[in-house]
Amino acid sequence: MATPSTQTINRRSMRLDAQELRKDFPIFQRTVRGGQRLIYLDSGATSQKPRVVIEEESNFYSLTNAAVHRGAHQLAEEATDAYEGARQIVADFLGAKLDEIIFTKNATESLNLLAYAFSNSEPSGRFHLKKQDRIVVTEMEHHANLIPWQQLAKRSGATLAWFSIDGQGRLDLSNIEEVITVNTKVVALTHQSNVLGTINPLTAIVKRAHEVGAIVILDACQSAPHLEIDVATLGVDFLAFSGHKSLGPTGVGVLWGRVDLLEQLPPFLYGGSMIETVTMAESTWAPPPRRFEAGVPNMAQAVGLGAALNYLNKIGLSRIHEHEMELTEQLLLGLSENSDVEIFGPNNLEMRGEVVSFGLANIHPHDLGQYLDSRGIAVRTGHHCAWPLNRRLGVNATTRASLYLYNDSLDIDALIEGVRGAQLYFGAR
Amino acid sequence: MHLDNLYQEVILDHYKRPEYKGLGHDFQIAVHHVNPSCGDEITLHLRLDNNSLLQLTWDGVGCSISMASASVMAGLLNGKTIDQGQPILDAFLALMQSKGADAGDEEILDDAVAFSGVSKFPARIKCALLAWMAYKDAALQVQGISGARENV
Repeated sequence: MATPSTQTINRRSMRLDAQELRKDFPIFQRTVRGGQRLIYLDSGATSQKPRVVIEEESNFYSLTNAAVHRGAHQLAEEATDAYEGARQIVADFLGAKLDEIIFTKNATESLNLLAYAFSNSEPSGRFHLKKQDRIVVTEMEHHANLIPWQQLAKRSGATLAWFSIDGQGRLDLSNIEEVITVNTKVVALTHQSNVLGTINPLTAIVKRAHEVGAIVILDACQSAPHLEIDVATLGVDFLAFSGHKSLGPTGVGVLWGRVDLLEQLPPFLYGGSMIETVTMAESTWAPPPRRFEAGVPNMAQAVGLGAALNYLNKIGLSRIHEHEMELTEQLLLGLSENSDVEIFGPNNLEMRGEVVSFGLANIHPHDLGQYLDSRGIAVRTGHHCAWPLNRRLGVNATTRASLYLYNDSLDIDALIEGVRGAQLYFGAR
Repeated sequence: MHLDNLYQEVILDHYKRPEYKGLGHDFQIAVHHVNPSCGDEITLHLRLDNNSLLQLTWDGVGCSISMASASVMAGLLNGKTIDQGQPILDAFLALMQSKGADAGDEEILDDAVAFSGVSKFPARIKCALLAWMAYKDAALQVQGISGARENV
């Protein structure tokens, strides 16, 4: 099982020693752009992987590889145990039941699975949408939690409506009853904005949604890797997150759904493993979660994700979050001392995460990103797959730094210095 | 610093003082291209005057590479025929595909040889090509209108 380096934990203060932690991540042994230390501030796009995850995935292939849930041999048994063991780890991670966890390719697939399963619902079914119905999203959604609902609205004739944001990059809930109308069937929103860092308050939204009988779907891609999540406390009905942003491998995502809802939800992908009985003319479906996992699944990746979540649990998400908040505060302060910097999103730590997007006067994000890269600093530039939000902010692109447990205050110093360096580089010429 | 290969003086000059920027009202073809990966946008207005010479204006939002490239391109192509523009377009496309091996023919490309460094930065090639692809599109459309078939 995954154990972080023993020195990682500074017993006295229980603070993270990121430099020590980085030893668990092979990628930090390499250098970039001519021998410079890698300063990785792009974990919101994808996180780096600790050795235990890489080994766990590799060991699955080396030691236990076989198709799960079929085969009468020892390897098939061991592979199934490993895969179902990973499902249990995910369930525990979310405070969910085992059968409520569905492995998908990624969070994008999790959300599409839902939208298409809704379309497959019988007219009499709970998930059926019709012309008079409404789907509610927010202006700060990632394309992955916007377009599937846009398309579902088109297929069903339902109306797509959304919450807008205020000047601080927080949801404007002042008109909640006009947005979540009695006809609303689906409310899909992000837990934490991948651009603004805003953490959305769920209580009022969930309350209003359930009042009108709507289903609440939470995109937890940016929150699950950083915040302790308990689905019962959140009160939502479905939740999606991706493995690769949570120290896990690419190619595995998670969809959690309340068991009573999953039991009523029709499948999206058809094929092997997801059936109960099949004749030439008709088929019936297996119970969840297998109803939603057609074909031989991404076994090695699911097992790798299990190792990743074990690793996170071992360190503790609350300590990780605390560590990230210290760095976020340092970053917000450092950037706000630069009068040419404009921060998009909350400028304080209240209900915000470790994602900071900003603009720099007269320097396009792509040029800033390129300059930072020349100093070994990896950031994301562009619209971050949230084009409507960028329009709302009145920009074509922003520069985004997103942090994780392996970042330290030197990384933040480097970024703040790097921004000044870019101003000199582009300004002095 | 190898970043200087990318951000050559000529490029930053064009970025700060772009040429032919601001859309002309008199045009036959308007094209709008975006770079979906970063959100950069360009609009190009194209007109062929009575002597079939190109009159190009443009406007856009984007990084120094994409905007400077639009400026340099407009400077190179304005006042030429579409046929005369073709070898310039071809030379620029070849330069972008050269992975830094080609310094570019200054006879043909003039200021645009400054973009030779861009071809070593794979993520930036699309930036440099944004305006040129918009022009390619516009040139095909204007030829379609005039009925000319060559170079299509």
